[in-house]
Amino acid sequence: MELWFSENHTETVKFSIKVDKQLVSVQSEFQRIDIFESEEFGRFLTLDGYMMLTEKDEFIYHEMITHVPMAVHPHVRKVLVIGAGDGGVIRELTRYKEVEHIDFVEIDELVVKVCREYLPQTACCFDDPRVHAYYEDGLKFVRKHEDEYDLIIVDSTDPFGPGEGLFTKEFYGNCYKALKADGIMVNQHESPFYAADARAMKRAHKRIVESFAISRVYQAHIPTYPSGHWLFGFASKKYHPVHDLNAAGWNALNLKTGYYNTNLHKGAFYLPNYVQEMLHDVE
Amino acid sequence: MSKFIGDAALAESAAGNSRKNDDLSQQTTAPILEALEEFKQMRLVPFDVPGHKRGKGNKELTDFLGERCLTVDVNSMKQLDNLCHPVSCIKAGEELAATAFGAAHAFFMVNGTTSAVQAMVLSVCKKGDKIILPRNVHRSVINALVLCGATPIYINPQTNERLGIALGMKLSEVEAAIRENPEAVAVLVNNPTYYGICSNLKAITELAHRHNMFTLVDEAHGTHFYFGKNLPISAMAAGADFAAASMHKSGGSLTQSSFLLCGTRVNAKHVRQVINLTQTTSGSYLLLSSLDISRRNLALHGEKIFQQVEALVEYARVEINQIGDYYAYSQELINGDSVYDFDITKLSINTLDVGLAGIEVYDLLRDEYDIQIEFGDIGNILAYVSVGDNYKNIERLIGALSEIRRLYKRDRAGMLRHEYITPKVVTTPQEGFYGEKESLTLEESIGHICAEFVMCYPPGIPILAPGEAITEEIIEYIKYAKDKGCSMTGPEDMEINRLNVLRGGY
Repeated sequence: MELWFSENHTETVKFSIKVDKQLVSVQSEFQRIDIFESEEFGRFLTLDGYMMLTEKDEFIYHEMITHVPMAVHPHVRKVLVIGAGDGGVIRELTRYKEVEHIDFVEIDELVVKVCREYLPQTACCFDDPRVHAYYEDGLKFVRKHEDEYDLIIVDSTDPFGPGEGLFTKEFYGNCYKALKADGIMVNQHESPFYAADARAMKRAHKRIVESFAISRVYQAHIPTYPSGHWLFGFASKKYHPVHDLNAAGWNALNLKTGYYNTNLHKGAFYLPNYVQEMLHDVE
Repeated sequence: MSKFIGDAALAESAAGNSRKNDDLSQQTTAPILEALEEFKQMRLVPFDVPGHKRGKGNKELTDFLGERCLTVDVNSMKQLDNLCHPVSCIKAGEELAATAFGAAHAFFMVNGTTSAVQAMVLSVCKKGDKIILPRNVHRSVINALVLCGATPIYINPQTNERLGIALGMKLSEVEAAIRENPEAVAVLVNNPTYYGICSNLKAITELAHRHNMFTLVDEAHGTHFYFGKNLPISAMAAGADFAAASMHKSGGSLTQSSFLLCGTRVNAKHVRQVINLTQTTSGSYLLLSSLDISRRNLALHGEKIFQQVEALVEYARVEINQIGDYYAYSQELINGDSVYDFDITKLSINTLDVGLAGIEVYDLLRDEYDIQIEFGDIGNILAYVSVGDNYKNIERLIGALSEIRRLYKRDRAGMLRHEYITPKVVTTPQEGFYGEKESLTLEESIGHICAEFVMCYPPGIPILAPGEAITEEIIEYIKYAKDKGCSMTGPEDMEINRLNVLRGGY
């Protein structure tokens, strides 16, 4: 039997994974949610047919979106996580003892339910007493908070569909308002490689630059995302992502990671020329 | 009854027929849509216009609009009826529309609600006739007066000081105007206004009828009144004689498509002749089918649709009022007269306490937040919310408004508040428009009679109309609106640095 999951990375480029079986397929109020089992990547989650994560490479994404700001900010006590229904960001955050409170805002509760059942590798830590879940629109939630968070992590889907509002200037502006005077916002920043993704990436960067004093972009290699070359945004009111890196402090925590380390942290902010040019265009 | 045009008795009998089967089940058909579907099956060889021949002759256009669209962009023919003289599917569509709207007759209009407004004015007014109307009408009304030569008797709308918006007509003011002008042929009511303000339509209609005058309603922003629950009374329900209902606004049909609705006292055959004076003989079937489909949709699902819109707008209003400084107003404005009722599906927001003109918020929303709203004037913005909206987009609007306040709020000192300036009508719009003119700078034009329109678009309500005196106050207002970035239209001089005025002062 030949059963394949395919996702078009562009109109003329297709990425496929051979599927052993489909574990679940449900339609929520917002999107279609599927989880498949595969030999190469283990279980993987797709939303409306777009790859969200696989068991094999999710560690790269979740470590890079979490540990980079955590190694810069000297005292993260209160965190807001938007999106991230798979639980991967929550899992990484709950490893830090200094984090006292995590507000977790996901628009689609069904994603969390499905992941709890089929993806325990990431959806393992929702029951941590520090986690407070809110199932509502991220834009609405953040609008009502001011000077409250040390860190906001925006683990959004793509800038179309339910995640669209999380790529807007009003959202970034409201995040700025919700952060404390030395707060940091990190976001999923799309890819520079294919034209459509690059447009979304530049647009997001432009909107963040307009809202934050410091706005830098860093990269990681995520095999199952279009082109594999993926970016994250680091927006901050005070701390510089490289100059203010507390490598010794982070290493003293002795967190075991598969991708992130404090040398790679610095390297991740050194971008290829073509990406630098794209960012420069909109700064 | 001598001033009524045509044979009213004839019209009444026609109305009786069309109202007999006021039954929802008959609204499930869409005769124009069905005729077009059937027409497609016939696979006729087209040796008629349009020359793109079902799109085959214009690949670029077909690629852009889609083949399905081009195959029904066809001309009048036997099986598709003729808009100028409907006998089959268009006639059936108009009858269904009339039933759906509770009208004696409905006309499909393909040149915007502007054409519906002009047709109703031209149906009752001719040169020398007087028509009573509020000054804050859409330009299409005064355009019609330019065409027919009637004299406007303006009723000054009441103004809400705090909001700087014109309200509805007071019954007592209409009464006074009728008393002073008993020979007037009609009263025109703007209902609701762009902002959602309604006049006492039923009482005004009864008053006009008691004095043998027609009631004409510019209902461009009130199509949903016919279908939603808990909404202000519609023109036809109030007994009005004409209503221009902009189906393409809240009704969901294609831009430029509209309905002209007539009551029982109107001779529809005469109205058809008036419409045909200026109407295209190549009525677009894209527009006609969109009217037909949208009418069916509203008749069957309108109540639910507008319930959803009401809920969305009410949610937005509560959230926006919580941001602070913005004032999203609603039924609390109702005062039993100049605000007899309020259309709660309108999301009108006063911005003056943020220290920003409405037009400035409008520009910020578009330029900085990629949000296009309907219009911004000196003190207000209007976000048009419809069946096509959802909470996600509403959240973006609320979020952006909250951000604009955080980033741009300033002291409101120096904010101009007044939207309404009482016009001085010196001569009729027709004489003002066609008289011998000269071009003067804005400053020089003070004290002269204007020969053209000046307005902000949207909303398209004239600041100056042909035949009106140009005062210092008006020129100051024009300069302020230009300075705030309002899109000014009307004059020959696109930059609005000069105005055409009648030769000689006044």
